[in-house]
Amino acid sequence: MMQEVMRAASDPLLKVENLVVEYVVGQRVVHAVSDVSLQIARGETLGLVGESGCGKSTLGRAVLRLRPVVSGRVIFDGEDLTAMQGEALRKMRRRAQLIFQDPIASLNPRRRIGDIVAEPLVIAGYDDAGRRQQLVYEVLSAVGLDPALVVDRLPHEFSGGQCQRICIARALVLNPEFIICDEPVSALDVSIRAQILNLLEEMKIRFGLTLLFIAHDLAVVKAVSDRVAVMYLGRLCEVGPSEQLFTKPAHPYTELLIEAIPVPDPDVRPAESVAVGEPPSPIAPPSGCRFRTRCPRADQRCRDEVPELRPVAPGQYAACHHPLT
Amino acid sequence: MATLELSVQEEIIAAPVKQTRRLGTLFWMAVGWIVLVFALAIFAPVLPLSSPTDMDMLDRRAPFSALHWLGTDGLGRDELARLIYGARISLLVGLCAPAIGLTVGGALGMLAGYFRGRFESLSVGSMDVLLAFPPLILTLAVTAFLGQSVFNLTCILGILGIPTFMRVARAATLTLARREFVIAAQALGATHARILLRELLPNVALPSLAFFLLGVAVFIVVEGSLSFLGFGVPPPISSWGSMIGEGRESLDVAPRLAFLPAIAMFLTVLSFNIVGDTIRAITDPRQGSL
Amino acid sequence: MNDAALLSVEDVAVDLPTPRGNLRAVDRVDLALGAGRTLGIVGESGCGKTMLSRAILQLLPKKARLTGRVMFDGRDLARCSAEGLRKLRARSLAVVFQDPMTSLNPVLTIGTQLTETLLEHLELDASAARKRAVELLAAVGIPEPEQRLTQYPHQFSGGMRQRVAIAIALSCEPKLLIADEPTTALDVTIQAQILDLLAREQRRRHMAMILITHDLGVVAGRTDEVAVMYAGRIVERAPTPVLFKKMHMPYTEALLAAIPKLEAAPHTPLPAISGRPPDPTRPLAGCAFSPRCRYASDRCHSEKPQLAQAEARDHRYACFHPIKLAAGVDA
Repeated sequence: MMQEVMRAASDPLLKVENLVVEYVVGQRVVHAVSDVSLQIARGETLGLVGESGCGKSTLGRAVLRLRPVVSGRVIFDGEDLTAMQGEALRKMRRRAQLIFQDPIASLNPRRRIGDIVAEPLVIAGYDDAGRRQQLVYEVLSAVGLDPALVVDRLPHEFSGGQCQRICIARALVLNPEFIICDEPVSALDVSIRAQILNLLEEMKIRFGLTLLFIAHDLAVVKAVSDRVAVMYLGRLCEVGPSEQLFTKPAHPYTELLIEAIPVPDPDVRPAESVAVGEPPSPIAPPSGCRFRTRCPRADQRCRDEVPELRPVAPGQYAACHHPLT
Repeated sequence: MATLELSVQEEIIAAPVKQTRRLGTLFWMAVGWIVLVFALAIFAPVLPLSSPTDMDMLDRRAPFSALHWLGTDGLGRDELARLIYGARISLLVGLCAPAIGLTVGGALGMLAGYFRGRFESLSVGSMDVLLAFPPLILTLAVTAFLGQSVFNLTCILGILGIPTFMRVARAATLTLARREFVIAAQALGATHARILLRELLPNVALPSLAFFLLGVAVFIVVEGSLSFLGFGVPPPISSWGSMIGEGRESLDVAPRLAFLPAIAMFLTVLSFNIVGDTIRAITDPRQGSL
Repeated sequence: MNDAALLSVEDVAVDLPTPRGNLRAVDRVDLALGAGRTLGIVGESGCGKTMLSRAILQLLPKKARLTGRVMFDGRDLARCSAEGLRKLRARSLAVVFQDPMTSLNPVLTIGTQLTETLLEHLELDASAARKRAVELLAAVGIPEPEQRLTQYPHQFSGGMRQRVAIAIALSCEPKLLIADEPTTALDVTIQAQILDLLAREQRRRHMAMILITHDLGVVAGRTDEVAVMYAGRIVERAPTPVLFKKMHMPYTEALLAAIPKLEAAPHTPLPAISGRPPDPTRPLAGCAFSPRCRYASDRCHSEKPQLAQAEARDHRYACFHPIKLAAGVDA
């Protein structure tokens, strides 16, 4: 059973079961997420990595019911998120938050920072303005900003890194349990990136968070994640503990990703890339294993049969007919 | 790490990034003219003016004099008073008609841009139908059917203005609704109403308002044209347009009777255009630093 | 300065008037690049690297003021006539930009965009130009090039569009190619392919290349020389292996340390550089990096360090307290 295979810990905070998300563009159907199942334990950071078009952002949004789900379930703390409606769903939203890639676009350009960060409190029904201000000030200090200097200003007065801190503050003000970080540092400079990653780690410990960290940069994902899931064209290729996955990848795509990372060491000659071509379109994904068109190991079986996630090492699972290990 | 970030913020206090664009003298002149016209129009009844309807048949088409500052028209009525009372009508229609368009069209546009789907197709479709009606013919038909009055005129012009405002609001909403700050609000569990009013409206309002000012300019001219042709406001109510129409007969003898209201209209329309353009230019929120 | 240098940037400064005051985007930069060599320019956003490339290409915004000389192939580009510059473009100087979505015209076919350069600069006739366009597309790795000629940019993926942009840039055999963050908008596997392509074409054509990026990893294996920019100035410049092994600038060291490494264990705190780059309209009296530098002293805050020679040939840095780094290699 898939649940057996994917067991992370005794009581996962989030369980995704056979999730399928599609949407229509013009006349055609985009298969963004095809039958993805995973689990995240309390207090864990699961990294979700993949290139553009692989569906990782769509998955993140679908988990929070920001995208319609075609089939499958999302179980959050034992309750079926996919079946929830109205007020129950809104209540659930306070426990699960989202941080986006473009920090400046994530803030309403016409609202003051104080109002933006207080918004979740207002929606959640905190009527006491004094209490709201207190919570806003606390959370802004926690992310390293001076509240008095910041609350009356507009987003365009801040840099990308500072805006991302504000977004993190907004996500934290309701004291959620679970945060999905959708490429939170991709739009930031290298030196700011490190600051924000450190901040996220610090906030995770301080607020006792569980994170789903979505990114396309493997090194960034590895730096913050306990376990990593690799996604390609709507399907999971490999899941496993961070260290293990990167030292001994089992799926050819994972290996390809690792090799493609530019290493800041002049002695390391970048390898001539192994895979050919570009990822196919999610509108007409290849049959069987979706990576077969770029995989040097592909054969007839890969064309006919969709590989399932199978254990290849303790805690590590790969969906491949010819895994590397 | 926290303290170091705080110290860097001293820069922010020292130099707020707010770039106040210099509002030129032209802008202020335009504002001044508009304020003047409005003041005169609003306070017309209490100003020491001659009555605009008193006809002094012995003194028709009189030139400028101490008694009649701007002379009299073809029926001996004081021109200055007529101009000011005419302003009331021109401004009334010029403001109310686009206001109808702004509220109804703006609301429709925002809803269509936010909810998309069938509602959007329906709204856009009906706007297309409305736009397909030749406006002049429609206005004439309505006034012929329901009678000529300021109220009817304002309503029909207002309705004709709805599609344009709907388009402006919808375009603005479409670009904004996909931005992450709207998704962030949804992720917080905000209701649709809250998102529309709190997140989208402040961003859609300003381009719509700037467009509204341009709309005022347009509608003053439209009303003026219709009244000029005799199909706008019914006599004895006169607007600048009807005054121009009446002045047509005296063009060879006293061209000022046509030109004075025309100049007034020209200056007012120009001023609204300038103010509208300037406001649209300055209120463009910066989407990020240089 | 090397006499054989194809490109020699001498004391170039770029000033931009803004409502908040004068913005010195590039602050007296010197560079030299020989034919067939690759120079990497590394820096974060706002450091002036894009403005520098625009200064070299003479594509600065109208309001910008350029001082200094940009010597290319013996001619000062800053003093060239518009016609002279136009002739140089494509034939000698080519550029590839970051975002292939906006650097290609969305309403013209790829074929038109490719051939218009060829027709304009090489004076080929239409069919010869078309043939050459097909060859170019094949050279950059686009499958079925003949069919692709009649397609529009939106029918290509990001990586493909960038290949097309490279094909256009290479079409007239330029002597110098400036690639301004060519892979920043692309996925990491495509990035590797595009960088390989650039390297291959460069070797084949013996072309000089400037690779502008914010990623030290990109320059490590693919450049001959690296210049690190901060706040409009070049703060360190060296042949690539020397830079990585014997860097002297604390900024370079901090930048390298701030990159998450694949070898590190998860949850290792990253040595982040605190603070932000300075406001370019408010230049500091001393070293621009001093507020964020952990080695900074009073001298650093009050006096601006100039580029000084290090032990190795061609290694220059601007710092009063250089790091005496010698990772196992002798000085």
